[in-house]
Amino acid sequence: MSKNDIKVALIGNPNTGKTSLFNQLTGLNQKVGNYPGITVDKKEGISKLSATQNAVITDLPGTYSINPTSLDESIVLKTLLKKDIKESPDVILVVADVENLKRNLLLFSQIKDLEVPTVLAINMVDQMNRKGITIDLSLLKKELNTEVVLISARKNEGIDAVKAAIIRCHVAAKASPLCGINNQIDPDYFTKLKEISPNYSLYELWLMVTQSNYPDAISSEEKQKLLAFKKDVSKLKKYQHKETIYRYQEINKILKKTYIVDKTKAKDLRGKLDRVFTHQFFGYFFFVFLLLVIFQSIFEWASLPMDLIDGTFAELASFAKSNLPSGVFTDLLTEGIIPGIGGVLIFIPQIAILFLFIAVLEETGYMSRVVFLMDKIMRRFGMNGKSVIPLISGTACAIPAVMATRTISSWKERLITILVVPFTTCSARLPVYAILISLVIPETKIFGFLNIQGLVLLALYALGFATAIIAAYILHKTLKIKTKSFFVVEMPNYKIPSIKNIFFEVVEKTKSFVFEAGKIILAFSIVLWFLASNGPTSFDDAEKNTIENLSNNSLSEQELQQKIASAKLENSYIGILGKTIEPSIKPLGYDWKIGIALITSFAAREVFVGTLATIYSVQADDENTTTIKQKMRSEINPDTGKNRFNFSVGMSLMVFYAFAMQCMATLAIVKRETKTWKWPLIQLFGMGLLAYVASFITYQILS
Amino acid sequence: MLKIYDSRFFAGIFLYQKRVSTIATLQKGEIGYISEESLDFIPLKLLEMGCLPGAEVQLVQIAPLKDPLYICVNGSHLAIRIETASKIQILKS
Repeated sequence: MSKNDIKVALIGNPNTGKTSLFNQLTGLNQKVGNYPGITVDKKEGISKLSATQNAVITDLPGTYSINPTSLDESIVLKTLLKKDIKESPDVILVVADVENLKRNLLLFSQIKDLEVPTVLAINMVDQMNRKGITIDLSLLKKELNTEVVLISARKNEGIDAVKAAIIRCHVAAKASPLCGINNQIDPDYFTKLKEISPNYSLYELWLMVTQSNYPDAISSEEKQKLLAFKKDVSKLKKYQHKETIYRYQEINKILKKTYIVDKTKAKDLRGKLDRVFTHQFFGYFFFVFLLLVIFQSIFEWASLPMDLIDGTFAELASFAKSNLPSGVFTDLLTEGIIPGIGGVLIFIPQIAILFLFIAVLEETGYMSRVVFLMDKIMRRFGMNGKSVIPLISGTACAIPAVMATRTISSWKERLITILVVPFTTCSARLPVYAILISLVIPETKIFGFLNIQGLVLLALYALGFATAIIAAYILHKTLKIKTKSFFVVEMPNYKIPSIKNIFFEVVEKTKSFVFEAGKIILAFSIVLWFLASNGPTSFDDAEKNTIENLSNNSLSEQELQQKIASAKLENSYIGILGKTIEPSIKPLGYDWKIGIALITSFAAREVFVGTLATIYSVQADDENTTTIKQKMRSEINPDTGKNRFNFSVGMSLMVFYAFAMQCMATLAIVKRETKTWKWPLIQLFGMGLLAYVASFITYQILS
Repeated sequence: MLKIYDSRFFAGIFLYQKRVSTIATLQKGEIGYISEESLDFIPLKLLEMGCLPGAEVQLVQIAPLKDPLYICVNGSHLAIRIETASKIQILKS
């Protein structure tokens, strides 16, 4: 980004095609960063406006008004009010939907009153004929006193005109308020407000008063004066209402002259589809059917690429091991870093497929219907119709799911959703379930076609959802948080999804998952590797002692190496840790080796399998290594002389993994989203306790 | 004298409730006009989304479990909960 680039903020109502326009303007030149101080994703892209002029375009979250009611929307206000810092936009590009121009112009009128150069792009004009709409463009330009462009972002029409308008608008730097809120409502009041500071427009000062959001550069004296205006809350509320009505009156006046709808020409597809999708029987039927299709595809389509990634990284590790000089660095690379990266990347297929489905459902407008169908049910459990989306996302990964709660405006409903999302069966639990099921559940079929192993997996998914719902209900009854529970969802028009938008969405979300979770998982893999390959003095003696003790036995070289490695592991830091917790996990049926796997699982659950693999298979140079499954099957419990992974231990472990909060990355995200360690700690200990008790009961009953 | 336990008192409440129409009392497909007195009871966010006094409002669809309601007002299609809808008075034409 160079100094001469024009900074453009892209703003608009949800479902106006804002993202399409952003993708058309920037193409592949996009990146996602964070807003300073807050953690909402900031999407930026560079657009080539002309041969000599570039623009940096920031895509702000969709909002109906500058007055925020959810975390997503508050970003818009924060970005626009920081006039003093370098990030403030030079030009604001407002996107509006041609079909609902009136409501879209409300946001435009607010933006205009900030007195920043503004371009209005009216989108989806290809629909005008079908909807019977005609616009007098030149008169509209004059009335709104701004650059207005008619575009069709999906069809890539009018994009050049937008670019030209941005340049013209930037050069002219003309910015005048549209409505002016002062004269109509209470002239005295607003004149006094304006006198506080000459540096800000009246509307900005008004926003500071109503939204308690102050620019960094405002003086404390000015701030004191503004605070005095906040005293009469009912008056503020009344004036905000009046302001909105006044704005609509002005907009109506303008549209009367410039915008005509011939309703007889409009065709109604929406009504027909709504009758099916929100039908009291077919509505739910279709939703459940859709969920089944989604889960089925996640497992069917993802298994092949997942195996490929798994295999590639295993080969990469063995390749590195045999081709690099042996030493600490090689060990770190082959036992820590490569498996660590592989452990993150293996989830990409599942997560990408899930994001693909969610993106399609959102793009088509169907997701709002799900919210509509589910709100009443979710409300009984202290959540919101909008909580359905995070709960579905949670089956891929809890991290994006927690972030998806941002659209929920009631804090209590949002918090409950965040707290229970980790109960849903995320893809990291799958490898754990998969190996344990294959070990302890017989591969038989009932009724000739129902695979018992599959049924157990399905039961574990059901267990996750059921626990999430029950936990939400308990939290709903115990949490004493008073928030205004206000709910409004727009039911957008049905649309055919744009492949380009969906592609960008899936790439961006998957990327952000890989980096967010990847950092933590990778760091932990390295720490674990260190803890497993180092130890106090007894660790260094382990090799010598083992050789001495076993020198009389006639062991093969391989068996000897194996004994040495086990002895080493037992005496490493992590082995000592496992031994320390052994007494407390014995009632659950676990030994210290499983204990190690439990500890390492805190990096990420799937590390369980890898850790056990490391523990049981230490002869890395053996080409004929049996699979992890075989190794686990041949593991013997010395107390009983029978298999370690019997039915009761396997079930107990699965129950433990279903409930326990073993994911550092999720804890970190929850801390970020709730701004305190209180909630992630409650999750950690609450879910941990539940897991312990539940697996204790499972083991004691089954054994 | 009218006492609280008097059946006429309850009848009075019943009649009063009957008389006041809100968005929540609309039938599916029915149209009403938001009354001016409702202004203070309409949350700012709904106002901003076009739910203004005087505006025509149609009840498009009722969710299977009777809540929320799917309305069309001023060109916006919105789902709101009954809790909110029952505070917004309307006049029928």
